[in-house]
Amino acid sequence: MNNIKAKKRVEDFTIIENKRLNKEFFILKLKSAGELPVILPGQFAEVRIDDNPTTFLRRPISIYNVDYSGNTIELLIKIAGDGTKKLSELKDGGILNIVYPLGNSFSKPAGTKVLLIGGGTGVAPMLILGKYMKANWGIEPLFLLGYRSDKLIIEKERFEALGKVYITTEDGSDGYKGFVTQHPILNEPESNFDIIYTCGPEIMMKAIAKKAKELNSACEVSLENLMGCGIGACLCCIVDTKDKGNVNTCTEGPVFNSERLKWQI
Amino acid sequence: MANLKTNIGKLEIKNPVMTASGTFGFGTEYEDFIDISRLGGILVKGITGAERQGNPYPRMAETPSGMLNAVGLQNKGIDYFVEHIYPEISKFDTEIIVNVNGGTIEEYIDVASKVEKLNKIKAIELNISCPNVKQGGMVFGTHCPSAVAVTQAVRNAYSKTLMVKLSPNVTNIVDFALAVEEAGADSISLINTLLGMAIDAKTRKPLLSTITGGLSGPAVKPVALRMVWQVAKSVKIPVIGMGGIMNATDAIEFFLAGASAIQVGTANFINPAVTIEILEGINEYLDNNGFSCLSEIVGALDI
Ligand SMILES: Cc1cc2nc3c(=O)[nH]c(=O)nc-3n(C[C@H](O)[C@H](O)[C@H](O)COP(=O)(O)OP(=O)(O)OC[C@H]3O[C@@H](n4cnc5c(N)ncnc54)[C@H](O)[C@@H]3O)c2cc1C
Ligand SMILES: Cc1cc2nc3c(=O)[nH]c(=O)nc-3n(C[C@H](O)[C@H](O)[C@H](O)COP(=O)(O)O)c2cc1C
Ligand code: FES
Repeated sequence: MNNIKAKKRVEDFTIIENKRLNKEFFILKLKSAGELPVILPGQFAEVRIDDNPTTFLRRPISIYNVDYSGNTIELLIKIAGDGTKKLSELKDGGILNIVYPLGNSFSKPAGTKVLLIGGGTGVAPMLILGKYMKANWGIEPLFLLGYRSDKLIIEKERFEALGKVYITTEDGSDGYKGFVTQHPILNEPESNFDIIYTCGPEIMMKAIAKKAKELNSACEVSLENLMGCGIGACLCCIVDTKDKGNVNTCTEGPVFNSERLKWQI
Repeated sequence: MANLKTNIGKLEIKNPVMTASGTFGFGTEYEDFIDISRLGGILVKGITGAERQGNPYPRMAETPSGMLNAVGLQNKGIDYFVEHIYPEISKFDTEIIVNVNGGTIEEYIDVASKVEKLNKIKAIELNISCPNVKQGGMVFGTHCPSAVAVTQAVRNAYSKTLMVKLSPNVTNIVDFALAVEEAGADSISLINTLLGMAIDAKTRKPLLSTITGGLSGPAVKPVALRMVWQVAKSVKIPVIGMGGIMNATDAIEFFLAGASAIQVGTANFINPAVTIEILEGINEYLDNNGFSCLSEIVGALDI
């Protein structure tokens, strides 16, 4: 597979499965009528909800999994408001209009010691990244996934099929009790990684970026800024960078080297 | 196939579908989705004399049937445009129109005179209506003597087609339209965004970093239609209508109200191919209703 970015397109997908995982998360499995373009790990889709006044703009959602043989993609979604609630109610056989594949992607590491940290829906780009690095870079992913409690853990077996998985829960109901940054794997004398990839709440990614710096590891974060268009036209999704000032998260990102960002960490 | 040609002053465009400034980037953002050269014209993102970083994040909020933005004219400045962007977008076989902005009259003149030297660009749109900047912008567009002064000054410095984009945030839009017509405008574009705000009751905070911002989308369409209608019957120069156009039917309504051409803004965010669909829909409407050219429906509101 090459790394050349595919053309963006608008497409009607057919919903072949809407799987509820727990009270917050669900997965939409979508089938394309044609052949899928190359989708890189970290890329996202802008999903059209409907014509209703409160769900007027599209919603950006990461691509969680791609299956080129069946021409299907999966989206892992958390119910956050009106739009995602409506998506959770979609029925098999329905149509979902999406603009994709959007944004950049995670970069190939210098070495093979990598850690993929996901929090909440931030685990979505980590699955596709883990799968991609195994298939294309010959690197076995190591996952650290953080949740509030065991009831919210998402498809652990799918991550385990790709590499080793460490879990943290805030209430201690599974894995290590605490936040991902407190996990021993990041706090032992010998802790070091060529790169740490992360996606999740901004406060978590900032803590991880700080940790990565202490460990002398590179760090790539995937931002979830509010987006108006997802294709670089509205300039609403900006993030302040050290090298170029305000840049679009939707086209220059969502993945950024944490060192580029003017984060106070 | 009806004749879709229309005129903006001395400039003839091949069809009336253009894109609204700030919603279509420089056109290249939409190349994957549509053939840009089929459009009547593209209005590029607002440009100022010097580079501007715009306002801090968050810059947008979704509101019922619309959105608020507070981008604040983020752009790399006119020199960067001339050197790097113009050569790239000159390939499009459509009218490229620069949306000219400034904090002072001198800045407007500086941008306009640099654009005048670009062969491919036959018109500018003077934006005196941006609600998201502290200086210039809407300050010019909501104070009639200032609107006249900036229009006159740019008119003297710029010889090609001069479009002036008005702010809807005034009590009597017709006064402004007549004043800028008198000051030398070749056409009037309206509306820019309506000043608005949004609050999060949970956090008790405003949703925009700037507290207030510009409202666009279907929510503003009735206001836009009313203003286009009032202005079109008062001035002699063409009116370019925009505000909440989502489909061909919306566009037809603007023509009936008196617009000679239209611009599509926020709709591009929801459907990146919407402009071409609108173009095809307009043609179909004309054909189905027995009109052989667009001009037959401009201002043809049956009262
Ligand atoms: C590049 C990118 C990838 C994303 N990937 C996923 C994903 O894989 N799965 C997933 O569930 N969510 C993802 N999100 C977040 C998702 O877009 C929002 O949760 C969604 O837009 C909320 O829409 P809503 O109508 O349900 O909620 P709204 O009613 O619009 O908002 C409800 C709450 O969600 C917050 N919110 C709204 N939009 C966003 C946003 N863009 N980012 C973060 N919070 C937001 C609002 O501030 C509000 O507090 C991603 C966002 C981005 C920018
Ligand atoms: C994100 C955004 C950025 C905009 N930037 C500009 C701009 O730079 N210059 C300008 O004249 N108008 C700007 N506008 C206003 C639009 O060109 C248009 O007048 C307005 O959005 C109404 O049309 P619509 O409802 O179809 O979007 C902007 C609008 C939006 C939504
Ligand atoms: S979301 Fe519109 S530019 Fe990024």
